[in-house]
Amino acid sequence: MTLRVNVRSTSKDPRPVNLDIGTIDLPVTAYASITHRVTGVLMFFASFLMLWALDMSLTSEASFNAVAAMLASPFAGFILWAIASVLTYHALAGIKHLIMDAGVGETMRGGVIGARIVFALALAAAVVWGVLIW
Amino acid sequence: MVTSVTSFSRTGLSDWLIQRVTSLVLLAYFLFIGYQLLGSVDYTSWRALFDQTWMKVFTLMAALSLAAHAWIGLWSVFTDYLTERMLGPKGNTIRLMCQLGASLSLVGYVIWIIVIVWS
Repeated sequence: MTLRVNVRSTSKDPRPVNLDIGTIDLPVTAYASITHRVTGVLMFFASFLMLWALDMSLTSEASFNAVAAMLASPFAGFILWAIASVLTYHALAGIKHLIMDAGVGETMRGGVIGARIVFALALAAAVVWGVLIW
Repeated sequence: MVTSVTSFSRTGLSDWLIQRVTSLVLLAYFLFIGYQLLGSVDYTSWRALFDQTWMKVFTLMAALSLAAHAWIGLWSVFTDYLTERMLGPKGNTIRLMCQLGASLSLVGYVIWIIVIVWS
């Protein structure tokens, strides 16, 4: 994944800035961080779908069954899998944050190990969600 | 660049703590909902669960936590990327529009959840 940022100076601050992240070899901790952000933004949008499903599921037995039937379709199943996987990554990365807040794994080495563990667990969880859904 | 005026609690330290407390509420709620959904759920048992007062309160807590958590998270993202340095002179306007849209959406989410659970 490459994050390319176009940098322009503003009239208020004319000093040249060189922070083209695409030219920097990022450590795994940076990818864990940006993924935490991306999954967070995705969850903001996914919340709308989850609220809609919750609304439908509680309105009546007919609409509950309609949601259940819809979730059985391949496309809805994929969306469900994606939301579950994205949420799991976000939660795992958040738990890693809390552990680091407690003073565990705050070194660069600890951060790298923590990020790798989060990616590995999230990947395993995505596989498990796939097995459960299909 | 004035950004603290649109932050959730006006101070970074308070935002930091709110972000963590709300994350625990959301984690508990999603684990509970996930556990329920992994078992066999039909309309009667699902409805009966949400008819209980403690579940309504739990859901409302999760809704308020979601709103605060997403507000703080999106603010962090917006103030990092939607800036004049990144986007040019229109950066601040774009960021404020996105912040306004996100904030209104989150208020909408909370109202929606209240309507779902209490009607």
